[in-house]
Amino acid sequence: MTWSSDVRAYLVSALILVTFLLAWHLAVTGGGGGQKMDPEYAKLMGLSATQGKSAMPGPLDVGATLWGHIKDPFYVRGTNDVGLGLQLGHSILRVMAGYLLAMAVAIPLGFLIGMSPLMSRALDPFIQVLKPISPLAWMPLALYTIKDSSTSAIFVIFICSVWPMLINTAFGVANVRKEWLNVARTLEVGTFRKAFTVILPAAAPTIVTGMRISIGIAWLVIVAAEMLVGGTGIGYFVWNEWNNLSITNVITAILVIGLVGMILDQILAALGRFVTFPE
Amino acid sequence: MSDRYISIEGISRSYPAPGGGSTTVFEDLWLSMARGEFVAVIGHSGCGKTTVLNILAGLDAPSSGVVIVDVKAIEGPSLDRAVIFQSHALMPWKSALGNVAYAVASKWPRRSRGEIEGKARQAIELVGLGPAADRKPAQLSGGMKQRVGIARALSIDPKILLMDEPFSALDALTRGTLQDEVRKICIETGQTVFMITHDVDEAIYLADKIVLMTNGPGARIAEIVVNPLPQGRTRNDVHRHPAYYPLRNHIIDFLVSRSKAFDSEIAGKSWDPRHPPHVNPAQPERSPLHPVRMPQASESEASSRDFPEAQRRTAL
Repeated sequence: MTWSSDVRAYLVSALILVTFLLAWHLAVTGGGGGQKMDPEYAKLMGLSATQGKSAMPGPLDVGATLWGHIKDPFYVRGTNDVGLGLQLGHSILRVMAGYLLAMAVAIPLGFLIGMSPLMSRALDPFIQVLKPISPLAWMPLALYTIKDSSTSAIFVIFICSVWPMLINTAFGVANVRKEWLNVARTLEVGTFRKAFTVILPAAAPTIVTGMRISIGIAWLVIVAAEMLVGGTGIGYFVWNEWNNLSITNVITAILVIGLVGMILDQILAALGRFVTFPE
Repeated sequence: MSDRYISIEGISRSYPAPGGGSTTVFEDLWLSMARGEFVAVIGHSGCGKTTVLNILAGLDAPSSGVVIVDVKAIEGPSLDRAVIFQSHALMPWKSALGNVAYAVASKWPRRSRGEIEGKARQAIELVGLGPAADRKPAQLSGGMKQRVGIARALSIDPKILLMDEPFSALDALTRGTLQDEVRKICIETGQTVFMITHDVDEAIYLADKIVLMTNGPGARIAEIVVNPLPQGRTRNDVHRHPAYYPLRNHIIDFLVSRSKAFDSEIAGKSWDPRHPPHVNPAQPERSPLHPVRMPQASESEASSRDFPEAQRRTAL
């Protein structure tokens, strides 16, 4: 009996997952009974020390917590007790705001740089200096000037996602095949129409690749940014649960961050497939 | 003046050389074409024939001299001059029909979508691609892609068709079929065509006049060979015509030896770059250096000697 390579890959994936979960489960259940200790000290140490149970939650704990969050994602029970869904929503909205702003700046500017060798050379030193700056380094400046923590987080997302889009757009636009541009020239196509009907479709795969890199970076940065600015968002949730010493919630959040990041990436991958043309 | 529908008047093109100075690909190049004429330029790589075509297309500008098409000096690309590119240059994100419709919409931007598509479909059908009109270029064979390129060029009803080695990337069978079709279309529509080729047989089969260019840099138009074969020639009988081998041998001799040593061939003789000799190899008793001037050429010669073509036009 032969299975298709897909099925075999799924089986191996499932096997790795099961092995990992099992190892995790065994590692945290621990062995032996509780240590003998002074009852007062035992109270201080909590259940983990007294019953020999690891402080690290096992997969079952995480699963139960995750299920709890999935059943009730949108509750608000005070500023520090907000449903995971709402926290994610805040993060996604911030990422979208910063990301769309970055698109609105990077794509037209990238077109300008790609179409004009003069602008390309004039702006190159600025891009080279600004690009390697860690987006979080902008945070104090953003907080000082914008004076609003949520907007500052959006600014940080903007600044980190603008570069890959800008550079890829400029590269894609500058490298449109000469023969297509010559076709447009011999057909007396105006600059504006040429930009939309020849350069944009020709550069679209490169632009979307830049957008895909950007959304990945933006989703990485939002967690760190929200840990700094606090208040709402998945990054704040992680930090808050760390302060609560709820490692179960921290692990749950890590898992959810990964899943949302994957979904965002897949959306851009689908867009990439849509604009790619076979040659 | 129908025999000067296109007039290349003393153009030159030089590029900056890597070590300073400049390299002149060709200079003082003169050539005229009549309306409805099919002219093929043949020469070795680097003689600047593609540059001449690009200048005619308006994609490149001459360093000096002018090109006049239909009594207007050309300044950049124009929808009057359609180019069939060597590499077909189709936009891969558009269907075959979409590529042609793009050209039609560029020529007649005010037409309705339906009119544009109708005109594009007509051009696609002319090259025999009706059933494949909605396919993307990636789903077409090399010959079909070049057909789309031809349809795109013809769809805008150009005054001149410029072809840059249009069949060189195709296999021999496809090339033959496409040559037949292009010949048929050009004769039916009376299209004026300027074609660049490496292929002697292609030039003989398609062209009314074959322009022989010497090797660059400093390339010249050595001769204009007048094709003696009958207008009604077909691919299957062209090589049986008595004039075929003299013609073919003449061109091959030129490409093999004379194109390199042309400067020494004309050394010491008077050479007028404005009037390269018209040669008919079917009359071998005449030496190529004392060629038969075509009657039209000698008529215009008399008048243009005192008034260079460009000046005369502005005076009129």
